[in-house]
Amino acid sequence: MNIQERKEKWRAVVAKNIARSPERMEKFLTTSSIEMERCFTPGFEYPGYEEQLGFPGEYPYTRGVQPTMYRGRFWTMRQYAGFGTAKESNERYKYLLSAGQTGLSIAFDLPTQMGYDSDAGMSLGEVGKVGVAIDSLADMEVLFDGIPLDKVSTSMTINSTAAVLLCMYIAVAEKQGVSADKISGTIQNDILKEYMARGTYIYPPKESMRIITDIFAYCKDNVPKWNTISISGYHIREAGSSAVQEVAFTLADGIAYVDAAIKAGLEVDEFAPRLAFFFNAHNNLFEEVAKFRAARRIWAKIMKERFGAKDPKSLMLRFHTQTAGCTLTAQQPDNNITRVTIQALAAVLGGTQSLHTNSRDEALALPTEDSVRIALRTQQVIAYESGAADSIDPLAGSFLVESLTDQIEKEALEYIEKIDTLGGAVEAISRGFQQKEIQDSAYAYQKAIEKETLIIVGVNKFTVKEPPPTGLLRVKEAVEISQKASLAAMKGGRDEAAVKAALVTLEAAAKSTDNLMPSILVAVKAYATLGEIADVFRDVFGKHIETVVL
Amino acid sequence: MAERMIRILVGKPGLDGHDRGAKIIARAFRDAGFEVIYTGLHQTPDQIVAAAIQEDVDCIGLSILSGAHNTLLPRVCQLLKEKSAEDIKVFGGGVIPEDDIPGLKAAGIAEIFTPGTSTADISGWVRDNIQPRA
Repeated sequence: MNIQERKEKWRAVVAKNIARSPERMEKFLTTSSIEMERCFTPGFEYPGYEEQLGFPGEYPYTRGVQPTMYRGRFWTMRQYAGFGTAKESNERYKYLLSAGQTGLSIAFDLPTQMGYDSDAGMSLGEVGKVGVAIDSLADMEVLFDGIPLDKVSTSMTINSTAAVLLCMYIAVAEKQGVSADKISGTIQNDILKEYMARGTYIYPPKESMRIITDIFAYCKDNVPKWNTISISGYHIREAGSSAVQEVAFTLADGIAYVDAAIKAGLEVDEFAPRLAFFFNAHNNLFEEVAKFRAARRIWAKIMKERFGAKDPKSLMLRFHTQTAGCTLTAQQPDNNITRVTIQALAAVLGGTQSLHTNSRDEALALPTEDSVRIALRTQQVIAYESGAADSIDPLAGSFLVESLTDQIEKEALEYIEKIDTLGGAVEAISRGFQQKEIQDSAYAYQKAIEKETLIIVGVNKFTVKEPPPTGLLRVKEAVEISQKASLAAMKGGRDEAAVKAALVTLEAAAKSTDNLMPSILVAVKAYATLGEIADVFRDVFGKHIETVVL
Repeated sequence: MAERMIRILVGKPGLDGHDRGAKIIARAFRDAGFEVIYTGLHQTPDQIVAAAIQEDVDCIGLSILSGAHNTLLPRVCQLLKEKSAEDIKVFGGGVIPEDDIPGLKAAGIAEIFTPGTSTADISGWVRDNIQPRA
């Protein structure tokens, strides 16, 4: 069958899809009334077209995971936000939803991410700083007050303590009258990249992997619309990796999670459809587009050939993208708007399912409301004005982009093979392999900037003298005081016997091989704090000590 | 006798896991000819000060991106003073707003380097401002 005949078959499938949910417009036209085809294809022989590119929504998904992509509906515009108290963050979420944002993305403060209550010694100075402080279900109730959890999908950037936060979310939904099978969202829950790049790990790898597979197993039966992990290359890239390393190390982590879940007794097609990914959109436009396309193709092949997955949803690499925070400059911060635009465009041309655009002032502080609005508007301009969303995988067939896609695939597969020979991602991380690779790239990048072989506008070229920036967002130190006070008040009003009983049951579960989720859910409903729950696990599982490689 | 090398402790106070900067600066210091000890993540001010004294360093470089700098950096200086080790100079870097710098300097931090500073500038500052302690 030649490409045109295959395309006819694909069209027939798409037509059925469109009958169910129509595209945004009947026809997509340029300013000159030239029609934008849904998916352009070569009008000539293209050896390997079907195996390497195929059609949107079809294996190997190089051209996208859905048959209509943004012609059906735009990507989800999802701005990561949260700071201070639950009440302040709740107000920011309501503002973002009213400004046209279509999903929530929760930033938690570091104590919450590390399993410490706001009154713990380790939390000193950190409460409410980089995200919202959550000590117990009481804070979670305030955080989602007035936000219907059956209507919004919520992404939570939480890893070591993901099981606890997910249980709190389930409990809040229940109080709203929304059952667990109706809620949708994502927990990041990707511990491997924490050991490698992001740093908010608590327990050793083996125990962390057990918590993660418990979440997979629990959600498959009870929270079927939840994305149970977001396997993240974002932070690997932020730590300084190259695009190839980002893809390779992320997919190697993905392989480790699939292996662990299968070992825990799950069938691949039972959980693989709920695996999601999270990538970075960096500066090099074409390399980034090629990276997203290569990642989809590699993952589809891995799932099919290595794991024998049959459900097409298991083969699809769906991903969230965030523009690269590490490219933002403190100098001439308005230039960051331009960087973010190019990066966001790369994500869209690369077929992302959702997108966070960074704000111009993030090299200086948390973003102000004005900056966040510009960042969201950047996505809206790309969506509604640029035409980039009107034809699927628009850079396909570009000699440059196809060649880059092939090359990224090849080099990433070489890394994955290397990690396999080291015994897999978990073992390679414990030896510091990925960390060393990332650090070498980061150091080379910094040296290139200092030698001026890499130009950063406003930093090592086109510099100006500028006054210090004004109007930055500051998290009040008072947050720590008020958060401690409300924690103390909550503890004063709860049923201590119930908390104690729940924690004893939890400890027993941790020592057994039972799924942890039901006992965590009981504990959060009894208003046991995040720190109390994490302490139980710290006692049973121990703490992870990093392998420092310099 | 050859002059003793400058010994630097690079520390990551607080809970943030962003160690790209800390590791780059540690490596740049080593390439610049200093002796470097890196603490790893999630260090309390007490742990940092204990390590600095035990390792007999000449200065401490603290990298922090969590926003907790106004609490944690002065605490390191205060603890050094309590241990009569205030001759160990402390400097810092990270996402630290300009407005916070005067307060940090008043609390005893010798210098703050903000995003975009080159490693060569920081190494130069160390060479100009830190002497190996007797």
